[in-house]
Amino acid sequence: MKKRVVITGLGVVAPNGVGVTAFSEAIKNGVSGIAHYPNLEALNFSCQLGGIPPISEEKKREYFTELQLRNFNSSGILYGVMAGMDALKDAGIETQGDEPNWNLGIVFGTGTSGVEKFREAIYKLDEGNVRRLGSTTVIQTMASGISAYLGGMSGAANMVTTNSSACATGTEAIIMCYERIAAGKATQMLCGSTSDDGPYVWGGFDAMKVTTYKHNHNPTQASRPMSETASGFVPGSGAGALLLESLESAEKRGAKIYAEVLGGALNSGGQRGGGSMTAPNSEAVQRCITEALLDAKVKASEIDYINGHLTATVKDPDEIANWCTALGRSGADFPYINSLKSMVGHCLAASGSIEAVSAVLQLYEGFVFPNVNCDDLHPEIAQQIDDKSLPKEYIQAPLKTVAKASFGFGDVNACVIFRKK
Amino acid sequence: MTSEEIYAKILPIVKAYLPEDVSEDAINPDSDLTRELNINSAHLVDVVLDVEDAFDVEFANEDMESLRTLNDAIGIIQKKL
Repeated sequence: MKKRVVITGLGVVAPNGVGVTAFSEAIKNGVSGIAHYPNLEALNFSCQLGGIPPISEEKKREYFTELQLRNFNSSGILYGVMAGMDALKDAGIETQGDEPNWNLGIVFGTGTSGVEKFREAIYKLDEGNVRRLGSTTVIQTMASGISAYLGGMSGAANMVTTNSSACATGTEAIIMCYERIAAGKATQMLCGSTSDDGPYVWGGFDAMKVTTYKHNHNPTQASRPMSETASGFVPGSGAGALLLESLESAEKRGAKIYAEVLGGALNSGGQRGGGSMTAPNSEAVQRCITEALLDAKVKASEIDYINGHLTATVKDPDEIANWCTALGRSGADFPYINSLKSMVGHCLAASGSIEAVSAVLQLYEGFVFPNVNCDDLHPEIAQQIDDKSLPKEYIQAPLKTVAKASFGFGDVNACVIFRKK
Repeated sequence: MTSEEIYAKILPIVKAYLPEDVSEDAINPDSDLTRELNINSAHLVDVVLDVEDAFDVEFANEDMESLRTLNDAIGIIQKKL
């Protein structure tokens, strides 16, 4: 018998809001976290825009000691620690005890860790100064740096690991943690994902021409998911975190329950049938959604809202078509849908978890955040779904069951289903 | 540079790496940096890098091996100045 799993804590560090309260306000009001960065312009980036969470030196010290900040240069670990520790605190989980917490585990993903730190190290190393790397290079540049930092700060002593599946990372982490608790192998799991900011992470995407070069002078209008004038994504950064827990444990503790995780699915298109390193196999996307519904024991007709992947590239109409096919719903029958990327850009490995936090907040508080920069809906999308599915303004809506999906390079897919408790 | 002058210059460097539960008063020239002051052995390499910057010297691998206390560090530095 599978254990039921609920969400009892949230944490988020997003370009348009640091902390759950600020983030919730920002998404309700359609506040953009996208800005122009002169360093990207100086480096000849086509897209000179980005989404970077604003963090003061003072704020860092609420989470890190002076010693931990010595030679610290990993924005992904900074964001991940802040979001992760916030989620634990929100859930009321004791982190200061001397004993290991055997029932608490972590799956906290990233695409790559500490690229700025790695750059620093490479310069020293190439000058023959390998000894000058000190003790802080490995822990910030190993992929599992983020789960290791969070492990030490929380005392988590169940499975503690980092997952990585490109832009599906955050949603994958939620499903991995859900499955571990459902199987009875852990009571509480901190899941989430994080992504560094800056030119060394974003440069490769700029070179691939998948980012937009058309909006360098109007940053807030640059990220245009589902729009006819969508011209590529804006890179973002940050972290999202959710504390998952068995329903049994949450009820026993009297914890606040944001939502239940009903189930989910992970798959790949095998880079066959139209799928490739960079493009999704549509059949795989549809199967992932269908399997998530099956796993959650939910009918397609029950989905009230979709938190899309929708990056603002030419692939957005294909994603809508896949949702229509998988759910067997279109036109006026299609659920509400929106994309957080219109406000924060594509936070890459962090996108799935930041967006999942936005989905859970909408479910818990009963609203749908506005689809900004979508006034000129793509005609191929307009043919498939009714305009009412895409609120342009904040609306209150009594959501009961929602789906969150993320798709990543390598033709990998993740879809999770949440229900209001 | 006298031993006292070197000690005074090293002291703030070591203090920065003390774990939260070790008092600064526990530091004396003969205290063992890792065993008594509980400085994480990984951090010891960072202490040495900071000392190198402060005195413009370089510790060899052998120096690192023989380094246990602040007095050891003072001896190593004096030989190099």
